[in-house]
Amino acid sequence: MSAQPVSHSVSSPASGGSSLLPFVVLAACLIIGPSLIYPVFLMKALCFAMFACAFNILLGFTGLLSFGHAAFLGMASYSSAHAAKVWGLTPELAIAFGTLVAMALGTVIGMLTIRSRGIYFANITLAFAQMVFFFCLQAKFTGGEDGIQSVPRGSLFGLISLKSDMAMYVFVAVVFFITFLMIYRIIHSPFGQVLRAVRENEARAISLGYKVEQYKLAAFILSATLTGLAGSIKALVFQLASLTDVTWQMSGEVVLMTLLGGVGTIFGPAVGAFVIVSMENYLAELGSWVLVVQGAIFVLCVMTFRRGIVGTANYYWNKRQQG
Amino acid sequence: MFEILGITSQALFGQLLIGLINGAFYAMLSLGLAVIFGMLNIINFTHGALYMIGAFVAWMLLNYLGIGYWWALVLSPIATGTLGVLIERFMLSRLRDLDHLYGLLLTFGLALIFEGLFRQKFGSSGLPYRPPAELTGGTNLGFMFLPNYRAWVISFSLVVCLGTWYAIEHTRLGSYLRAATENPALVQAFGINVSRMITLTYGFGVGLAALAGVLAAPIYQVNPLMGSNIIIVVFAVVVIGGMGSILGSIITGFALGVAEGLTKVFYPEASSTVIFVIMAIVLLIRPTGLFGRST
Repeated sequence: MSAQPVSHSVSSPASGGSSLLPFVVLAACLIIGPSLIYPVFLMKALCFAMFACAFNILLGFTGLLSFGHAAFLGMASYSSAHAAKVWGLTPELAIAFGTLVAMALGTVIGMLTIRSRGIYFANITLAFAQMVFFFCLQAKFTGGEDGIQSVPRGSLFGLISLKSDMAMYVFVAVVFFITFLMIYRIIHSPFGQVLRAVRENEARAISLGYKVEQYKLAAFILSATLTGLAGSIKALVFQLASLTDVTWQMSGEVVLMTLLGGVGTIFGPAVGAFVIVSMENYLAELGSWVLVVQGAIFVLCVMTFRRGIVGTANYYWNKRQQG
Repeated sequence: MFEILGITSQALFGQLLIGLINGAFYAMLSLGLAVIFGMLNIINFTHGALYMIGAFVAWMLLNYLGIGYWWALVLSPIATGTLGVLIERFMLSRLRDLDHLYGLLLTFGLALIFEGLFRQKFGSSGLPYRPPAELTGGTNLGFMFLPNYRAWVISFSLVVCLGTWYAIEHTRLGSYLRAATENPALVQAFGINVSRMITLTYGFGVGLAALAGVLAAPIYQVNPLMGSNIIIVVFAVVVIGGMGSILGSIITGFALGVAEGLTKVFYPEASSTVIFVIMAIVLLIRPTGLFGRST
């Protein structure tokens, strides 16, 4: 493999980790958000932001490009929809079930793929995701082309009804904030440091005595699990689980969000997700032009804007700090 | 006529033929991917879109200019290959010093653009393309009816695949190529323009994809989605065969087409997943693929 790994814009924990301010701003945005923007749109963006942040654990902090993350999003979304609708579970149990399914799937696929590297890894995860896609297309419980429709949101712990969009939004926002903090903590833990060592120089990490494969597998499972959490919640928000979430285009979309926002930054994937989701919202009437615009953003990011939005902002901020 | 496990020989041979046809396309596409991967070290995600463009160029030549199948078989790969050369020259070549994943992401973005543009212009339904008059009709082989066009596709793609293999393994130009794959700096030092060779290799791989597209046009109809439907399966074929192996990709392509056809006869539910299941098994036993070298 050649020089310069995919991600390079992350700052050292000393400069990037100490500030509390971004998190306060994030919390403020989450609180003010619904009074400015339609809550269903916000929830959609938050689900995708969670998805992209989970994905970034792998691409940004471990240096592994998975092209099959739709498998986890989709399977979790089907599982939680099925649990809520057919088994009548309460939302938190349905979400927990969907997340567990994604975790199990992540463990199996991870064990099969983690030994491969770079392009091979991307290719193989993609093929496995496609296998999951065909499974979902044919299995009975997914409802084939129709998906699982009118999934009940139910009542949280059997007490608080999530029927209104505002109640649902509060729930989604809280889960998102906790997940976000958790990812931040993990990235800055000793475990996260080892992942970064693997990303920067795998051979060296091995020679230092780290069992690199186990670390990579752990990161993969973690990423799959949190992706599953996003998918499970998404199914309840839209009261729908459909094939869209399992397609390889979805796997590509999360790569795009992460790349646009800034690979290997904490906030980047969330920003990227917001930009892409709003773009799709505004361009929805233009049909296939959405694909063209997405493709063009991809090409532009790769050719000229590899740091992404947050990565670029960090870069200029650090440069100014250094004078 | 005979029966195996309650399946008539007609059904069996019919699916075997479909399997061979699909295998021919898998082989040509994975061959192009293998050639490109060998030189550029990237997985060409645009491959499916370029296969689709190849078919559309043939369709446009016929409907806008009245140029028929045989000329399309030559002109479409050249036109699409030129597009490939431009992509390599102006985009991919600038990413050579970066991680190869960027190449993959770039070609993915291009695939989205191409597919979106063609869907915008032609919708998502297929456009018919007639096989040439010389190849209509069919032959009765006694045990089955063989349409002439399908026989032509299988034999022609075999010739193209083996020709490519011969050119790479047994000619002087091919030996330059293989040498440049092993050690580009050294080959450059011998006065060979490696950069141009990389560009032309990409163009050639793209040309192969377009050729497959023209061959596919009369069988599957011309459809903006035809590329993204087939490319993921071809990726799995490439993983099974081992990336970068020329002969390996040809053999695996045909073999998996047949395996898929046979599954359709004996256990139809699994026919769309069988290739991925085989891939998982192969990965467990030989992580580098059946014909691949370790990296």
